[in-house]
Amino acid sequence: MIKPSSIFAALFVAALPASAEVTFNADIRPILSKKCVQCHGPDAEHRKADLRLDIADTDEGAHRVKDDVYILKPGDLENSELWYRIITDDEDDVMPPPDSHVKGITPEEKALIEEWILTGAQYEDFWAFVPPSEPSIPEVSEKQWSDEPIDQFVLAKLESKERLPSPKADKRTLIRRATLDLTGLPPTLDEIDAFLKDTSKDAYTKLVDRLLAKPQYGEHMTKYWLDLVRFGDTNGMHHDHYREASPYRDWVIRSFNDNLGYDDFLTYQVAGDLYENPTTDQLVASGFNRLHLIIDAGTALPEESFAKNVIDRVSSVGTAFMGLTLQCAVCHDHKFDPITQKDFFQIYAFFNNLDAEPETTGKRSGPDFRRGLQKPFLEFPTPEQEETRLLLKADVIAASAQLRAAKALQQASDDANKSDKKIKTLAASLKKAEETLEKHIITIPGTLISKERDEVRPTHIHIRGNYDQLGDIVERDSPHFLPPMPKKEGAQNRMDFAKWLIDPGNPLTARVAVNRLWQQFFGVGLVKTSEDFGAQGEWPSHPKLLDHLAYNFMESGWDIKDTVRTIVLTEAYQQSSKAKPQQFRDDPDNRLLARGSRFRLDSEVVRDQILALSGNLNLELYGKSVKPPQPDGLWETVTMPHTFPRSYKTSSGDDIYRRSLYTFWKRSIPLPQMTIFDAPSREACIARRERTNTPLQALVLMNEEQYFDAATYFASDLLKQNDLPENKKIEHAYQKVTSQIPDADTTLQLLGGLDTFREFYSEEPKLAADMISKSSKQEVREIKEPGKQAEFAAWTMLAHSLLNLDTTKTRE
Amino acid sequence: MKLPETDLLQSFNNAQHRRQFLKTSAMGLGASVMGSLLGGTTQATAGMDTGFANKTGPKAKRVIFLFMAGAPSQMDLFDHKPKLGKLFNTPLPDSITNGQRVTTMTKGKEKLIAPSMFKFSKHGKSGMEMSELLPHLGKVADDICLIRSTHTDSINHDPGKTLFCTGTEIPGKASMGSWLSYGLGKMNQDLPDFVVLNSAFWSGDKSNVQALQSRLWGSGFLPSMHQGVAFQPAGDPVLFLSNPAGVSRKARHKMLDLVSGLNQKHFTEVGDPEIQTTIAQQEMAFRMQMSVPELADLSDEPDHVYDLYGPESRKSGSFARNCLIARRMAERDVRFIQLFHRGWDHHVGLPGKIRGQAYDVDQACSGLIQDLKQRGLLEDTLVVFAGEFGRTTYCQGTLKHDQYGRDHHPRCFTTWMAGAGVKGGLTYGATDEFSYNIAENPVHVRDFNATILNRLGIDHNKLVFPFLGLDQKLTGVDPAYVVKDILT
Repeated sequence: MIKPSSIFAALFVAALPASAEVTFNADIRPILSKKCVQCHGPDAEHRKADLRLDIADTDEGAHRVKDDVYILKPGDLENSELWYRIITDDEDDVMPPPDSHVKGITPEEKALIEEWILTGAQYEDFWAFVPPSEPSIPEVSEKQWSDEPIDQFVLAKLESKERLPSPKADKRTLIRRATLDLTGLPPTLDEIDAFLKDTSKDAYTKLVDRLLAKPQYGEHMTKYWLDLVRFGDTNGMHHDHYREASPYRDWVIRSFNDNLGYDDFLTYQVAGDLYENPTTDQLVASGFNRLHLIIDAGTALPEESFAKNVIDRVSSVGTAFMGLTLQCAVCHDHKFDPITQKDFFQIYAFFNNLDAEPETTGKRSGPDFRRGLQKPFLEFPTPEQEETRLLLKADVIAASAQLRAAKALQQASDDANKSDKKIKTLAASLKKAEETLEKHIITIPGTLISKERDEVRPTHIHIRGNYDQLGDIVERDSPHFLPPMPKKEGAQNRMDFAKWLIDPGNPLTARVAVNRLWQQFFGVGLVKTSEDFGAQGEWPSHPKLLDHLAYNFMESGWDIKDTVRTIVLTEAYQQSSKAKPQQFRDDPDNRLLARGSRFRLDSEVVRDQILALSGNLNLELYGKSVKPPQPDGLWETVTMPHTFPRSYKTSSGDDIYRRSLYTFWKRSIPLPQMTIFDAPSREACIARRERTNTPLQALVLMNEEQYFDAATYFASDLLKQNDLPENKKIEHAYQKVTSQIPDADTTLQLLGGLDTFREFYSEEPKLAADMISKSSKQEVREIKEPGKQAEFAAWTMLAHSLLNLDTTKTRE
Repeated sequence: MKLPETDLLQSFNNAQHRRQFLKTSAMGLGASVMGSLLGGTTQATAGMDTGFANKTGPKAKRVIFLFMAGAPSQMDLFDHKPKLGKLFNTPLPDSITNGQRVTTMTKGKEKLIAPSMFKFSKHGKSGMEMSELLPHLGKVADDICLIRSTHTDSINHDPGKTLFCTGTEIPGKASMGSWLSYGLGKMNQDLPDFVVLNSAFWSGDKSNVQALQSRLWGSGFLPSMHQGVAFQPAGDPVLFLSNPAGVSRKARHKMLDLVSGLNQKHFTEVGDPEIQTTIAQQEMAFRMQMSVPELADLSDEPDHVYDLYGPESRKSGSFARNCLIARRMAERDVRFIQLFHRGWDHHVGLPGKIRGQAYDVDQACSGLIQDLKQRGLLEDTLVVFAGEFGRTTYCQGTLKHDQYGRDHHPRCFTTWMAGAGVKGGLTYGATDEFSYNIAENPVHVRDFNATILNRLGIDHNKLVFPFLGLDQKLTGVDPAYVVKDILT
């Protein structure tokens, strides 16, 4: 009960800034969620004191009055038990309990709670579970900046903090930023030139439209999607054998380029196989449900593998489409969100009925194994391939018939010796025919897809998450705290679930999608935790802007390109990213949007840019994954001896210069050039990558074979600009890498560097010769004269230096 | 023993956390580190987490984790069951197995007892029992604490190793070394905080060898700067360490001078402190180009040191060689050094294979402990030895007195720890007479990991990182307990 003295503790509580207005969702819910709800929340099994602080109503809710004790008495601190419990110094009473491992409530948090109780202790529905509506555009004082609604929301927030937006970035920065952001590649000098020359008012709009029309746009968008759905080229478990789903990846690229609506994009993936007459695209897209990790048969228990696969599948739907951590409710009701275990298994029931084995084959042979396919799959033979297959199949049938006949004859005949020989010959030709057929089948591409079983498999709750302890049967249904699915005759299926996801009444789908788009262009989402929109996720920095984007995304017919276009055309996006160091320190993630964002390029973009600058980038679209060079022996030290494929064989020809998106992704050990720059392993769904800055990254940029080789190509190109004086050559090189013209001081530093390298290599002719001999460019290797070799080595080091600048690996 | 404050200050200054540190948000550990840095006063930590330090304080500065991938047989190495001899080829009583799940390899098959063919003897003052396969390890029996009652949840290698190294069976979580890198920051100036050494070869099983996944030393949800750096047995010890052909150290120096100058200029124009981090990291890379080869170059090790680790230590890529390199790393204050030795998965033909494996590790482990001890490093270095689970008392495959195999067994297995205030000479926990169930003092893998963190001065419940709506911990969501009985 309340002890009068404890009220005085409030005196020591930090004061709240005078202007602050406390709102439940923004200020109070995060505190309750982090510090109280674990024991006083949705998880009935572990709930203490029959009290819930995540909701106000019901007998358990925070507004209950029991035995005259108020948990929260609006406007009355003294009679609010919650207040007493957080300010008391009585170890038996204080909350959270000192032995609970939950951090205590800070003075700031107490101040917020105090203000909240004093102003009424009202609860609000959880923001992310209320469907977005079009918010009114806020009033702003600065009228000149922009009419675009997005900018008004950004500006209103800035003005509330008495800040102003940054000026617009210069045109060179803008074209580099937009080109990297929309295509994952740097602009060429010609493109920069054309943009600078275009002085029309809508030059930037034209640039954006031109970039959105490039096929590289779809490739770049796909990169993010592949992280989200943990796309890989291997099974990810145990042997981690090869598997084939590159047609799925190619479908994603085409979908972004063709601007397939997000509603269809989602439905094809979740339930493409359940259209009445599914198109090839819809079937290929349904491979989404097969992208989970899978173990090869032989060691694990198939029933357990089955459950793991379905949980993985449901988790990916949760992360990718719903922004919820559904998997937390496998074993028990969610501790923080209202997701019950029953909710989880209701969704599980939609995804546990695929007609596919829970484990891949334990045998390491056969054409399907060798082309990474496991039923159900779809093949794409050309008519010629199909014809050849039929012919070769006929050969096998004929050879097998001949063998059977000979065997039958042998039984009837006396001359065993003679027929033995014949049987051996026939058996050999059957084997040969089979091998020829197998060799042919391996050349026919295919991809994993979804296929629903005819019967509906009953779904039980797994008691405490154990696959072999089955509880009550549950029916397929949406989670109880979200809008209900429309009722229908017979069982709901994945198609109904997909339709429910894209229903305009679903509060999550559009918000989660636009938030990721925003994150792509500003570095951080409006909801920073783009994988978690639940109570433990972060409250959006601009809630109304998020709703505006989500609402209009749906209104536009889920038009991804249109939304992207709108975002990159805003003034907010076009701001300069220059600021004072203190401003970077105050707002390192640029949540306030008082400047343009500045962040390191992703691993794929880092590599693709270097290949592009060397002139080697191979822009071929689609196809099977390729293997660019990686250090020798990496797979061998960690993989199992019978893993297929066993060793890493670098691709040949131009394939090593394909965009990094097409890199073969072995989930147990992906290409280190990618993971060192924060690419995820693709074992779990990742909605946002970290961006670190490490010495290992510096080593990759300095020493990786392709990255250094690129400098020799670059130098070779520079040395051909014979008509240019040295400083112009340097200007040309600098502009190619950074899109900027170097100022006099920069040029001077680069000229100085060049002279240093020249001097060094003329004194070290052997080093220059070594460097030249290792270039993959024949023309370079043909430089024989020592003076020319030194000159070439110096220019290579200059180019190499430019490729190692901070600005080069950064989008500014 | 407490880390001097200057170390912490340095670790703060050098930690590549940059943005994490700069945040004023209450989330994350950067704030915790800062809290302890500033003496943990409430003013300094207002609005921040209050840290993860435990009451014991740090007893270990570093950890050497010897991971026996494939799961060694406890009853052939450490867990002596003399009474089983009489039960050769008899069925394991149902009352013992109690309907527990087994792998598909022995599911539904009769479970016939396979007693160990190896003799056991007592070692040291403590009289610790070990089998004849470990004569050298016996010499340091009084320095190690044998835990015969370790147990886990997994019956398969991939999830089992993932659970041990990252706290859950589900991929995507942070590994132990990355947690330490994240939590404790840098302890040295020119080497990574978390290094992984994988044996390039082994003597036991060549055909049935389980894979190692880079997730075992991955950073999961933590920033990737904390991931383990896997040293390579051949070529560059650290990937991409060597300069390309034609670039000498001097040329690299000149190149970095130019680049740093331009970066610094850019920083004054743009203002982003991230640029300064890049400059610092390029310098660190340059230092690593010196320090790593120096570390990996064993030419200054005298013969008597090689002799301590055994003849295998002269072969590049051997486990023994890696133990010697681990000691060099410990001297250079690499915080977490993890060795993986594969080849322990002895489903069939166990006696021959385990002889080979024991040969690989016996003298090497013993040598490592003696070497650390003679240099005064064992006091503040924790050495741990563990596989992902144990093996069954019943046979898989052919059963003869001197020929048998064993399936996976999660319910009990033996691990050991040494150094950093762990009670030497103690045999902790016990299994039933079959080495099938635990009879006393069970130690779950998460308790084992909590105990490792305890030695480093960390409360395992408080070293957390918010991800997917949860305060993630190395020990996962189920409660974990420090095994206090084994600590001095």
